[in-house]
Amino acid sequence: MRRRMNHRLFKRLQGKESDLMNEVVSFFSTTIRLAAPTLLAALGIVFSERAGIVNIGTEGMMLVGALAGVIGSYVTGSAWLGMLIAVFVTVLFSAIFAYFTVVVKADQTVIGTGMNLLASGLTITVNRALFGASTSPPEIDSFGIVAIPGLSSIPIIGPIFFNHHIIVYLTFILVPIAQFVMFRTNIGLKVRSVGENPKACDTVGIRVGLTRFLSILYSGVLAGMAGSFISMGMVSFFTEGMIAGGGFIALAAVVFGNYTPRGVMLSSLVFGASNSLMYRLQALATNIPSQFLLMIPYVITIISLCIVSRKSNKPLGSGKPYIKE
Amino acid sequence: MTTILEMRNITKRFGSVVANDDVSFSVRKGEVHALLGENGAGKSTLMNILFGLYEQTSGEILYKGETVNIRSPRDAINLGIGMVHQHFMLIPAHSAIENVVLGYEGNAAVLDLKGAAQRFTEMAERYHMNIDPWELVSNLSVGQQQRLEILKALYRDVETLILDEPTAVLTPQEVDGLFEVIRQLIAEGKTVVFISHKLPEIREICDRCTILRRGKVTAAGLEISEIKDLNELARLMVGHEVELVTEKTLSEPGDVVLNVENLNYTNDKGIHVLKDVSFDVRAGEIVGICGVDGNGQSELIKCLTGLLPATSGKIELMGNDITGSSPKEILKQGIGHIPEDRHAMGMVGQMNLRENIAMVDGHDEPYSSHGFMHWKWIDDFSRKLVAKFSVKTPSIMEKAINLSGGNQQKLVVGRELSREANLLIAVHPSRGLDIGATKYIQSQIVEARDRGVAVLMVSTELDEILEIPDRVLVIYSGRILACLDQCDCTRSGLGLLMAGIEDDSEEQTA
Repeated sequence: MRRRMNHRLFKRLQGKESDLMNEVVSFFSTTIRLAAPTLLAALGIVFSERAGIVNIGTEGMMLVGALAGVIGSYVTGSAWLGMLIAVFVTVLFSAIFAYFTVVVKADQTVIGTGMNLLASGLTITVNRALFGASTSPPEIDSFGIVAIPGLSSIPIIGPIFFNHHIIVYLTFILVPIAQFVMFRTNIGLKVRSVGENPKACDTVGIRVGLTRFLSILYSGVLAGMAGSFISMGMVSFFTEGMIAGGGFIALAAVVFGNYTPRGVMLSSLVFGASNSLMYRLQALATNIPSQFLLMIPYVITIISLCIVSRKSNKPLGSGKPYIKE
Repeated sequence: MTTILEMRNITKRFGSVVANDDVSFSVRKGEVHALLGENGAGKSTLMNILFGLYEQTSGEILYKGETVNIRSPRDAINLGIGMVHQHFMLIPAHSAIENVVLGYEGNAAVLDLKGAAQRFTEMAERYHMNIDPWELVSNLSVGQQQRLEILKALYRDVETLILDEPTAVLTPQEVDGLFEVIRQLIAEGKTVVFISHKLPEIREICDRCTILRRGKVTAAGLEISEIKDLNELARLMVGHEVELVTEKTLSEPGDVVLNVENLNYTNDKGIHVLKDVSFDVRAGEIVGICGVDGNGQSELIKCLTGLLPATSGKIELMGNDITGSSPKEILKQGIGHIPEDRHAMGMVGQMNLRENIAMVDGHDEPYSSHGFMHWKWIDDFSRKLVAKFSVKTPSIMEKAINLSGGNQQKLVVGRELSREANLLIAVHPSRGLDIGATKYIQSQIVEARDRGVAVLMVSTELDEILEIPDRVLVIYSGRILACLDQCDCTRSGLGLLMAGIEDDSEEQTA
């Protein structure tokens, strides 16, 4: 009798423990998944920022990428081709930003804001023209979860790290590569230098405008990938304004990560965790009004930016067009 | 000796302004060729054309006898022409070696910084210019940064090196070091173009000189050894006779105007910048503070003018304690301040001349009453001031930023001198000015002294320190190392004190 009761109690306790474990695993897994698009876009911005460009238009670029990916996937029937088309379209879109800021030397903030407004209007128009204002989104191919054989069956570690969309893996693999390129290669040195002192670069024969232009296009490639991953991985449809500040969060992640790919990864994970926390708290159905919960990621962004604003690697020539005398 | 470089009939126009007018310039292989001229004479423009930063409107360049088309600095570097700019082209956030390899054509896709550092260090040792390749440029002194710039050019195997006003930022000892390097370069068969407007050093280091005035050549290829009188060079440069020495009688010091006792200042990083500074300035005398930039001069002046709070000590002006008073209160007590950076502190570039003139005392009669500006009076006053201090400007409605550096400085000096101050604080009053403007401003300061104004002058230029002040204080690392009467000052003695060497200066100069 007694032994049986003990056994039952043990089983119940075990059940609670595994509930808690599931909770923790799911929290970290969600953190990584939600950090991925921010990190992907931020890995692009970190290069354009280092080159001296404040790319406020990232939000718009991601939005364009999100829609172009869905359209591409709808037309071709392949998520991969969809993403390729998204990258192509976003690079074209970022070329507009690059042309006005680098060639025409207009104010980066003004042009960036203009790009965001343009993207917002453009995506709504194109989306409605193609798919109508219907409530049911079109069926498209999207990125599924790819569990890595072997590794994903390790308890705890497996579900946290090795059970994700393929784009998530690619994003995190890109971090050490980006770190290497930025600090160990000739191109990385050029990019870091044109942001600090474009005139000095001019005197050693570096083409400042070209370097800046290409770094914007590169950030466009990654913004396109990030945007289309949101519309074809996180969900599998496009909704108007679906980036919802994700581009600005990525921009903040670059500042918070102190302009290095490794730092950007850590800050993206912080933002991912705060989003993950928000979802957990929402699911727990506490008495806290949901509006406050939705604020969490943005409040954390503001606080973190205040913390790191001192002693920054922010390039000296940031945001200033290079005008030859 | 063969001609290595020839610039023929170069003309460069910026809009309607002609910066170089039919300039021909020829340099022989293995010489130090001085390019002389006042500010705005077109020296830097000519060299920037040679280095590919500007494109000439007309004219041609020959290098080693062949016509060359230099469209960018890369073309110039590939020909073997290097340039050390007046404002260094370095990136403070990067290490020395990263600055050296930046843009170097021999770079592999993945940088071999260790190999580069080895080559760099060998080269640096050969020229006795030791610099740690891994040090951040922001941690290097100005002199080290200049050496880094020279090494950066040598790393690219240049044969002709252009040095744009290289001595402007150096201490006398550093200038000697630079000259040693130049001599070694010449011994190795390289060629140096030396831009300057300081005549004594031209005579010391250069073989020949070409003089520019208002964009035109006034003398080409003069042999320096044949020049007997420096006044001759000055005349060719300025276009009329200049007194190289500012006329000055012995001072007749009156009452103490400014008295500073045991002034200490510790900055927000906890660095003790000023250490027990004590001195006084009397009516009718000029006290000069000399020292290498960054030894506390700037903080001292900011404490005196109320821009920084002194940590301890006492500042008295005409017997009143002004320690801890606000800048406005201190200005009202009768201090004229010619600040170190006229762009940041002396004027507002985007405002016109009359607004800049009214800026300091604008809240008082006769500039305004009850908050309304008296523009008629101000206009009248501004026109007189502009005329008296010969500020060259189309009108008093011109934006200050559109004036040349010398005229901006004349504007600030004029405004401060006409405030009828008891104490005039002049920080680097002639920095960046040509001989004409420098002599004019110095004579105005001496004139103010003769009217009974107490003058405190800060300068890093030894020529100025040896000439203008009646007493000289040497500041080093926040401490006043010496107080000398002008007649006791020698170039080498001051140079050693400025470097912090406190041995008895008489012994050193004997």
